[in-house]
Amino acid sequence: MTLVDELRAAIGTAQVRTGPTELSLYRRDASNMAGSSAVVCLPRSSADVRACVSIADRHGVAFVARGSGTGLAGGAVPLDGAIVVATSKMNRVLSVDAVNRQAWVEPGVLNLDLTRQVEPLGVHFAPDPSSQQTCSIGGNVANNSGGPHCLAEGVTSSHVLAIEVVLPDGTSTMLGGEDPEPPGYDLRGAFVGSEGMLGIATSVCVKLTQNPPAVRTMLMDFDTVDDGAATVSGIIAAGMVPAAVEMMDQLCLQAVEAYIHADLPVDAAAALLVEVVGLPTGLDADVAAIVAIAGEHGVRSVRVAQDEAERALLWKGRKSAFGAIARIKPNYYLHDTVVPRSKLPEVLAEVYAIAARYELQVLNVFHAGDGNLHPLLVYDAREPGVLERVHLAGQEIVTASVAAGGVLSGEHGIGLEKRDYMPLMFSEVDLEAQQMLRHAFDPLERANPGKVLPSPATCGDIHAVPEGAWV
Amino acid sequence: MDLSEFAEEIGDHGAVTIAGLATRGGPVDGIRPVMAPGGIDWVKPEEMTLQCGAGTPVEEVDAALAPFGQTVVIPPSGTVGGALAVGRSGIRRLGHGPLRDAVLQARYVDAAGRIVKAGGPTVKNVSGFDLCRLLVGSWGTLGFIGEVILRTRPRARFEQWYVSNGDPFELIGRLYRPVSVLWDGEQVWVLLEGHPDDVERQVAANGLRPGDPPADLPRGGRWSLPPSQLSTLPGTGRFVAEIGVGVVHHEHPAPPREIDPAVRRLHHRIKHEFDPAGRLNPGIDVLAQS
Repeated sequence: MTLVDELRAAIGTAQVRTGPTELSLYRRDASNMAGSSAVVCLPRSSADVRACVSIADRHGVAFVARGSGTGLAGGAVPLDGAIVVATSKMNRVLSVDAVNRQAWVEPGVLNLDLTRQVEPLGVHFAPDPSSQQTCSIGGNVANNSGGPHCLAEGVTSSHVLAIEVVLPDGTSTMLGGEDPEPPGYDLRGAFVGSEGMLGIATSVCVKLTQNPPAVRTMLMDFDTVDDGAATVSGIIAAGMVPAAVEMMDQLCLQAVEAYIHADLPVDAAAALLVEVVGLPTGLDADVAAIVAIAGEHGVRSVRVAQDEAERALLWKGRKSAFGAIARIKPNYYLHDTVVPRSKLPEVLAEVYAIAARYELQVLNVFHAGDGNLHPLLVYDAREPGVLERVHLAGQEIVTASVAAGGVLSGEHGIGLEKRDYMPLMFSEVDLEAQQMLRHAFDPLERANPGKVLPSPATCGDIHAVPEGAWV
Repeated sequence: MDLSEFAEEIGDHGAVTIAGLATRGGPVDGIRPVMAPGGIDWVKPEEMTLQCGAGTPVEEVDAALAPFGQTVVIPPSGTVGGALAVGRSGIRRLGHGPLRDAVLQARYVDAAGRIVKAGGPTVKNVSGFDLCRLLVGSWGTLGFIGEVILRTRPRARFEQWYVSNGDPFELIGRLYRPVSVLWDGEQVWVLLEGHPDDVERQVAANGLRPGDPPADLPRGGRWSLPPSQLSTLPGTGRFVAEIGVGVVHHEHPAPPREIDPAVRRLHHRIKHEFDPAGRLNPGIDVLAQS
């Protein structure tokens, strides 16, 4: 039997797609890179995933797990004709334990759907990536996703207790557990953030977080980016970890204001959106302390949301940045690096200088609280030669971030996008150690090959560089 | 001693074991011991990070952070490296999170005597595989941690232990983010932190009385149960259970557990990849530790 026939026999004809439209859809994720695949599988159960992976194994073919395809680093782009195993049909919340605040979910459950389903119990799933309406829990696990509210709560790894996985040889097992200290190595921790290279998650036990009894959200604006950044450092050094600390620069404020009309301070160099959560007296004390710190750094005005509607409006400002920029230019390239908080002013200045050098416009809207930069380079792809400038500028931004004591990625992962930048952060020996972990799970390199680890570390196999890649 | 001297001492052949302050079992008997470098390299309160040698006593780290109103989630006593190698969290895990979340970057010496970096220095980082989490709780069987960058957390401005004779499973549903809820089958101990007025309101609403934490925790065994099974503990002997977490400090050793063959296989393969000659902490079976 051919590969496709075997897959169809195992999981059903309708679940195995080979039509040109679908194949073209699954060639890419939300990055601008594309690969190619000969077949897309849509498993409905763990057993289906097991079957797909076993068949791939027998045929010596690679496979790529895919959630909603919202990844920005090309992690779900199929290389070398790998089978795509999309978990979007595995989208049930299997069980919820309201007392112990745990839930078992299938990997295709959407992040925000989970939070909505458990809302009546007064809990939520803490990681809240910007794509939370469409991204899946399986994808969150693969990328160790973050989001604005991960400043205080931590990223996905802190919210995953156990993962039922199909290993690259087709066996199923459980990593981690509902209990706090399962024996042995933290295989759960190793799997989270492994970008689909250690196997496929088929169900996930997540930790649910108590909703806070009270919330205070404030918008503060500054004459200089440095003042805003110094305020962030001041808040943290004072022993407060707000639920979220987001920064928008002037170009971003202007774009968003033109889009949503929220009375944003468009003449400010930067604005901070700060949210604190908890019990009311402590919150009021925190708000007073934060306003005082901002005052020491020349804050121009402080707007504390008076009700839930105003809070929603302020957050809408933050969250509609990506829609708003379409008013400036039709295309954008979103970057993701992390720098020490104290280096924010310096690295931001460098980001502006790099963009200017390449005659590009850059908007910054990012998780200032944890130093997670998201420079958005906006451009019009129809302009000849612009893509090359965008790529070169991006390369310099990544290099500058690492040189400032930062890291390659805070949320988006390495995927294909930053695979060949890994040596900026890691020595050959460091990368070899990562390869050891991979080989322990996947000696034949069948699970999402060609991602994360630069290929010289593997035995010289050269993967096709997909179109749009700037690796 | 610096990291490269530590690496040289470990070398690339012959069995070797890592020693600390022997608070968590100590090195493997009869094997050449090495000790990791100690000392705090720097504290960055505005980053909420600290770098230290793995041989640094936990108390020293805590003392270095105290002036900045910060602390780390490493349970007291022994060295930082020892606590990380063993991987057990303290009794504040419910509110402050597990130990494994505290390590941002680790430099360890591998079985070939080379210095390897895992993770990165910033509080957020998804660059590459998460080897830090693999190291925490690996009992020195994959590499000997030499130096770490830790995430710190704010020290509570106010905290207080309370006691109650109520139902711990109801209490945990009503309290907002208690730091710790312990239960011995009869009495409940609750650690709360925050603004004193907020704590006071929680105390009044839930009938808590100020008290001391449990005088000592049973040391016969450390059980790890799904938190949903803790209610079945009464009748098994003397215990103090961490409600909402599932760690049980018990007078009896933990009941034996089945290990899935696939998990066992993964452990063997990982050990073989990282330490093919089995020279690091020989004889330690991580799956048998509890």
